[in-house]
Amino acid sequence: MSSGGGVSGEASVPEEWLVKGVSLSGGPATDLHIKDGVIAGAGQDLAAPGARVLDADGLLALPGLVDLHTHLREPGREDAETVETGTRAAALGGYTAVHAMANTEPVADTAGVVEQVWRLGQQAGYCDVRPVGAVTVGLGGRQLAELGAMADSAAAVRIFSDDGNCVADPLLMRRALEYVKAFDGVIAQHAQEPRLTEGAQLSEGEVASRLGLPGWPAAAEEAIIARDCLLAAHVGSRLHVCHVSTAGSVEIIRWAKSKGWQVTAEVTPHHLLLTDDLAVGYDPVFKVNPPLRTQADIDALRQGLADGTIDCVATDHAPHPVEAKETEWAVAANGMTGLETALRVVQLAMVDTGLLDWAGVANRMSVRPAEIGRLQGHGTPLEPGALANLILYDPKAPKEAVDPAAHASKSRNSPFAGMALPGRVYATFLRGAATVFDGKVTR
Amino acid sequence: MCAMRPEHEPSAGIPERTAASAGKTERESKRAAASGLTSDEGARREDAARRRAAASAGKTVLTPEEIRRALSRIAHEILERTHGGEGVVLLGIPTRGVDLARRLAVRIGEFEGTPVPHGSLDVTMHRDDLRLRPARALQRTEVPPDGVDGKTVVLVDDVLFSGRTIRAALDALNDLGRPRAVQLAVLVDRGHRELPIRADYVGKNLPTAYREVVRVLLTETDGEDSVLLGERDR
Amino acid sequence: MKRHLISAGDLSREETVLILDTAAELASVAGRPIRKLPTLRGMTVVNLFYEDSTRTRTSFEAAAKRLSADVINFSARGSSVAKGESLKDTALTLEAMGADAVVIRHGASGAAHRLAGWVTGSVVNAGDGTHEHPTQALLDAFTIRQRLGADKRGTGLDGLRVTIVGDVLHSRVARSNVLLLSTLGAEVTLVAPPTLMPYAVHTWPCKAGYDLDTELRKTDVVMMLRVQQERMSAAYFPSVREYRRRYGLDAGRMALLPSHAIVMHPGPMNRGVEIAAEVADSPRSTIVAQVANGVTVRMAVLYLMLGGAGEAA
Repeated sequence: MSSGGGVSGEASVPEEWLVKGVSLSGGPATDLHIKDGVIAGAGQDLAAPGARVLDADGLLALPGLVDLHTHLREPGREDAETVETGTRAAALGGYTAVHAMANTEPVADTAGVVEQVWRLGQQAGYCDVRPVGAVTVGLGGRQLAELGAMADSAAAVRIFSDDGNCVADPLLMRRALEYVKAFDGVIAQHAQEPRLTEGAQLSEGEVASRLGLPGWPAAAEEAIIARDCLLAAHVGSRLHVCHVSTAGSVEIIRWAKSKGWQVTAEVTPHHLLLTDDLAVGYDPVFKVNPPLRTQADIDALRQGLADGTIDCVATDHAPHPVEAKETEWAVAANGMTGLETALRVVQLAMVDTGLLDWAGVANRMSVRPAEIGRLQGHGTPLEPGALANLILYDPKAPKEAVDPAAHASKSRNSPFAGMALPGRVYATFLRGAATVFDGKVTR
Repeated sequence: MCAMRPEHEPSAGIPERTAASAGKTERESKRAAASGLTSDEGARREDAARRRAAASAGKTVLTPEEIRRALSRIAHEILERTHGGEGVVLLGIPTRGVDLARRLAVRIGEFEGTPVPHGSLDVTMHRDDLRLRPARALQRTEVPPDGVDGKTVVLVDDVLFSGRTIRAALDALNDLGRPRAVQLAVLVDRGHRELPIRADYVGKNLPTAYREVVRVLLTETDGEDSVLLGERDR
Repeated sequence: MKRHLISAGDLSREETVLILDTAAELASVAGRPIRKLPTLRGMTVVNLFYEDSTRTRTSFEAAAKRLSADVINFSARGSSVAKGESLKDTALTLEAMGADAVVIRHGASGAAHRLAGWVTGSVVNAGDGTHEHPTQALLDAFTIRQRLGADKRGTGLDGLRVTIVGDVLHSRVARSNVLLLSTLGAEVTLVAPPTLMPYAVHTWPCKAGYDLDTELRKTDVVMMLRVQQERMSAAYFPSVREYRRRYGLDAGRMALLPSHAIVMHPGPMNRGVEIAAEVADSPRSTIVAQVANGVTVRMAVLYLMLGGAGEAA
């Protein structure tokens, strides 16, 4: 119901902007007039006497990105990230809204915790934070959490996920899928059959075999996805699949969609670019759940994102403190940061390879996530009347090596460290106020 | 419907190693087979060829005839000073000292009718300059069956220069046992000792400048007998 | 020789043969009155053993001491390691102590790799998780060459057929041996129940099969791997009895071997499970020789890594 946004805290002195000569999602150069938090006008040679003028020649305007899958770690793991630092990183990456996953300490399985996270997001003011509610109490996989209370809370939760864990019990998954229909919620499944992945460390294949790391079979992901698609179809529910990582999963989702079932899916930037070969040096910066896979999987995921089988890109931004990653592989934590590099990686993997145009990027990184999350005010077309949640992006910025030490995130575990990525987020506008300008946060 | 997993035929036996990895070992064994040599022989032949090429830059200071006579003289001297070669063991220092030791043992056997035990003593592990260069491959140490305890060990080497090799040989010998006496026979003594070491038997005293290089070639390793004096290799 | 020995796959054929030749030369040291060489005098070798292993640790210790190196033993129990000190902090401590070489055995695959990034000395992998155990493969190759090969300087194991039997999936010994023996020109065949065969074994430089009797008839070496009883609870095989019946080397199977063939085992053995007592004690068995050869091979490795400056010729 509610957009979950509202008026952001201290930051929003409404600004008036005249953005000149910007390409709207890859279209011809246009002027945009931003005033009082909305797009006041779009066209050629606009006049706006009181506005700050921004020469946007060569830049793209995209609707503000929406992330369906982020770990902000607060409450409980503030040594890795806080809502403030995480949303700051999000804004720098071009995000105007993020969904914060529930595996915090305490777990976000009650209205109290989700409201706390939502409020922290408001106070920080860098982007809208929509908490994700846990499916089961304590992520224990045994008892449903109070999903309705979380939906009715000020945080207006619509996406529920035990991410980090799989809702493995088929009966419980069925019940959860059915239950959330009452408030147009959706279960976002972390597909990982636990019995097939006990002690697993790396995708089961040639590299894991050679490295002596216990394998993580693709079938452990695919089997759960197939089961959940059938369940969702049976009870007439929506299903969202988190971080799809295998070619087989893409095929299953394609099949489910072809039957008209309400299945949506997301893919992470790192699964669009990185293979399990990177594990050869045993550096746990490449350790992630689900694991990096083969080039064939990457190709299928890219194709799936291009043809819409995979609806959107979600970062699964997973910050970890240094000591959790500077260890031997087996004891290292799973996860990679991703908010600040996501759009650039998508440009490299999808746009520069000709698989997706910028309108497609806008769809996959803003429009579809907002639809799936039932998020108002984000992912809307860049036209007069719409809330001014948008970014200015320079796709031709000279390629620059990623330097995690310069990231706004508290954590440094980026697998793209040292990699030259194209593009640069020039500015991010949250309801007409610039949270990021010239690639730097405004406060 | 689901993506095919890579080829895992559940039939009898599992597919053989891939072409790529099979190719690697095949290539390596082909290379070994084609050269028709073990790495030992091959190395020696290469060494000999290199020496011959470099040798053209040196002048001969001992001809094959002179070498032959020098060895015969040394053999006689050993017999003289050891009262007929009793309890004598010749240990050559690899590489060329070993061949010289064998030749001396043969000559002594011819003169006296009784064979003299001979073998080799590798000094690599006892060198004092180990840390200055990468770790060297070891050479053979072969001690005759009766050992060295109580024996008169005659160390045999081709060139005596700083004396450090012989110092290392004395240390190495010490770990093998306790000889009654140790003597030294060399084909060429070129001076410039850095330690108080001297030879008991010398084929030729050859005054040299420090920067000059003495090269000993022997038929067994180099295809010919010769001692050359030349400038240092650039 | 490279600065670290982490995987058997790091060694070229030339490097491997050099290690074997060096070991052959060093073998005679054991028979001398003074069983010591001064070569590594003043150097410090640290044994960093997170897993209990008296056999391998004492083997490395003996090897280092015979080269006159100083040896320091860090074992997991009762040390700062047991108190949860991270591998990185332990590495920094060893650096501060001036370790020239660290021999590491650890339960996590890749631990040796990680350690190599944190120390300036040399790292020798004495077994990391289920990844590799290169000095074991070297001593196995040395033993094979001694018993069956030309045992001449400069030779490999060309044309010899080696069959490795058992829990290959979890065996670092198997991984290292497949790489090293095939580098030396041997033909390696793995035999195991399908559940204990690595997923991508078809990409390895070896053959693989499920039937032991067939392979025994045409092999020169059979190497038995230890099978852990815990694997039963993870449903890798139904019972010890069935495993022994299908994959155990008993006297009956030993009779299938060609007359010259030898039986090897990296130890420790489960007598009566993967190998019968009478086979372990038979003249074909090289199990005792493997232990002795372990010291000389490790001496060769330490000498070539530490006995000079920079990389060996």
